[in-house]
Amino acid sequence: MEYTLFIVLLPFLSFLFLGLVGKRLTPRAAGYIGTVVLAISTCLSYITAWHYFTTAKVDGVFEKLTPLNFTWLNFTEKLHIDLGILLDPIAVMMLVVITTVSLMVHLYSVGYMHGERGFQRYYAFLSLFTFSMLGLVVATNIFQMYIFWELVGASSYLLIGFDYAHPEAVAASKKAFIVTRFADLGFLVGILILSFYTGTFDFERLTSGDASLFAGMEGLSFMGCSVVSWALALIFMGGAGKSAMFPLHVWLPDAMEGPTPVSALIHAATMVVAGVYLVARLFPVYYLQAPDVLVLVAIVGAVTSLYAAIVACVQTDIKRVLAFSTISQIGFMMVGLGVSGMEGREGLGYMASMFHLFTHAMFKALLFLGAGAIIHAVHSNEMEHMGGLRKYLPITHITFLVACLAIAGIPPFSGFFSKDEILAATFHFNPALGAVMSLTAGLTAFYMFRLYYRIFWNKASHRDHAPREAPGSMTVPLTFLAAATLVAGFIPFGKFVTSDSAEYIIHLDWTVAAASVAVALIAIGIATLFYRRESPIPDRLASSLRGLHAAASRRFYLDDLYLFVTKKIIFNGISKPVAWFDRHVVDGAMNGFATLSQRVSYSIRGFQSGQVQQYVMVILLGVLLIAVLALFI
Amino acid sequence: MEELHLEYYLVASAIMFFAGVYGFITRRNLLAILISIELILNSVDINFALFNRFLFPGQLEGFFFTLFAIGVSACETAVAIAIIINIYRNIRNIQVKNLEQLKD
Repeated sequence: MEYTLFIVLLPFLSFLFLGLVGKRLTPRAAGYIGTVVLAISTCLSYITAWHYFTTAKVDGVFEKLTPLNFTWLNFTEKLHIDLGILLDPIAVMMLVVITTVSLMVHLYSVGYMHGERGFQRYYAFLSLFTFSMLGLVVATNIFQMYIFWELVGASSYLLIGFDYAHPEAVAASKKAFIVTRFADLGFLVGILILSFYTGTFDFERLTSGDASLFAGMEGLSFMGCSVVSWALALIFMGGAGKSAMFPLHVWLPDAMEGPTPVSALIHAATMVVAGVYLVARLFPVYYLQAPDVLVLVAIVGAVTSLYAAIVACVQTDIKRVLAFSTISQIGFMMVGLGVSGMEGREGLGYMASMFHLFTHAMFKALLFLGAGAIIHAVHSNEMEHMGGLRKYLPITHITFLVACLAIAGIPPFSGFFSKDEILAATFHFNPALGAVMSLTAGLTAFYMFRLYYRIFWNKASHRDHAPREAPGSMTVPLTFLAAATLVAGFIPFGKFVTSDSAEYIIHLDWTVAAASVAVALIAIGIATLFYRRESPIPDRLASSLRGLHAAASRRFYLDDLYLFVTKKIIFNGISKPVAWFDRHVVDGAMNGFATLSQRVSYSIRGFQSGQVQQYVMVILLGVLLIAVLALFI
Repeated sequence: MEELHLEYYLVASAIMFFAGVYGFITRRNLLAILISIELILNSVDINFALFNRFLFPGQLEGFFFTLFAIGVSACETAVAIAIIINIYRNIRNIQVKNLEQLKD
């Protein structure tokens, strides 16, 4: 299966080509080149998936295949960094998800970004991002993953700040880069601790369940937790940064300043699930060596999920609503992983989490692309400029509704199946946590339908001209993703991706399913009551719960807290003294040396007069001196 | 008349040598400096001839060496004068104090 290399390599070649000669191409040609190259990559990954899932099963268990692995940097016998391709069920699933969503986004951008300045540059960056993300998921070792992890962060930075003439976009890209980079610091330290004690970066060895690898870490503890727990918690910190987990989520809502297709690709479907993928990749290590960290993962996931769902209820920018909804849904995936076990029936959470990742990628990309089509039509992100759009944008309306139903968890849309499995696993783990997640699921249904009604129903805002439906290059991806959302739930996912790679037969837990559907329907009903027509109830509710409403609108003051900590405490307390020290002590010492040597040079430069006779005089005196010394000593 | 000793010649040659050195250091004109260099060279030539005459009579190496040195110094003078002419063309004089651009 060596051809899998091309899945990863083709987008990179396309990046190089578009990046180097893009300016000489017409925008249209650049867009088509990027899209066609990615279409080839997508076909290859479908072939890989088909090939893998039909042939790689040995004794009922999917094997891990390594079609390619070579040593890239060889420092010592023990310390070497490899690059390669590892295929196992989650990697293959991610290949399919990434290439599909990326292809849809490429196609969609032809219409959406039409006439933008830097169109070719945009496509080059999209290809770079796709390349890095694909490299991340097929990484054979944790260091390769880290390399691509950083590349993903860098390309995300480039894409968020694509419209560099806007100060908000620039600030958002910096914020995203700095926050995720801060989290990656934890990731790097975690990798170093883990590999220092186990002596390997290799995923296959780390996840083989071989306890002797971790023998060196036994008995070592730091601040009451074992070293392996610390290492895994730090690695999770990296994942939490990329996946926008509380309290490192602050960058994601701001990242919505980037172009909408970019939000669909990076901040909904692919990059933000990298953290989930990381935990899933190292799941056996987490489960066997540090179950306490898995509990942490579940708690962080649940807190994030609930927090983001509450905040999403009061946002007025449609992309921000979707951003918080993404954070909330990724929280669901983290909870799924956190409550999961390893073997057989216990592995429900893991399977459900991966399933949710898969379905979420489809319907969230659909929601973002739909939001893009709406923004394209009304030229605004704010809900108050929308309303009553269902007559003008029929295709967008239907596809958006499909996605809303899916995320709300209404059968037979895909979100129902995956979310329900997560809820079942959570209830099995701890009923209280299950209740919190059910509440969150209800809130999800509420804010999604609030969004839906306020865009497509409600009172139409005043418009100078009627909004027009988006061009074909934008509606085709919408339709495709809506179809995917409709059928994805019926994929027998347990056959393909499970924690122990053996088959898992999904049984719907009907009590949980019925309860969650009931909660979702009630939430949708409330949203219908509040927002289908213009109604005074939401405002009255907001004023009676003024404190909560204000706090939620300000995202519970977390951003303000961050600003306070960075601007007031860190800048004043640390950065300013450091800057003073640098300017006055470090620079002062250097400048002192420079001034001193300059002065000395000035005083002795007279020797170099250029007057030949003077030189001869000096030589002569020197010779005489030596002669005299030779005579008398 | 008393026999002429080697030392007399050597003293004369040394005086010539230092006259050359003095001239080289103090003269301001390039041609005068060139003449001073000739003085230095000739004083050395005298030494060669002397030592051959007084210490190794019957041999000719010293004399020949002297002839070679004179030939070489003639060539060197030709080159030096060519340089001086070029300098004159460039800066319209041959005062050594004006020749200091090479320090930069």
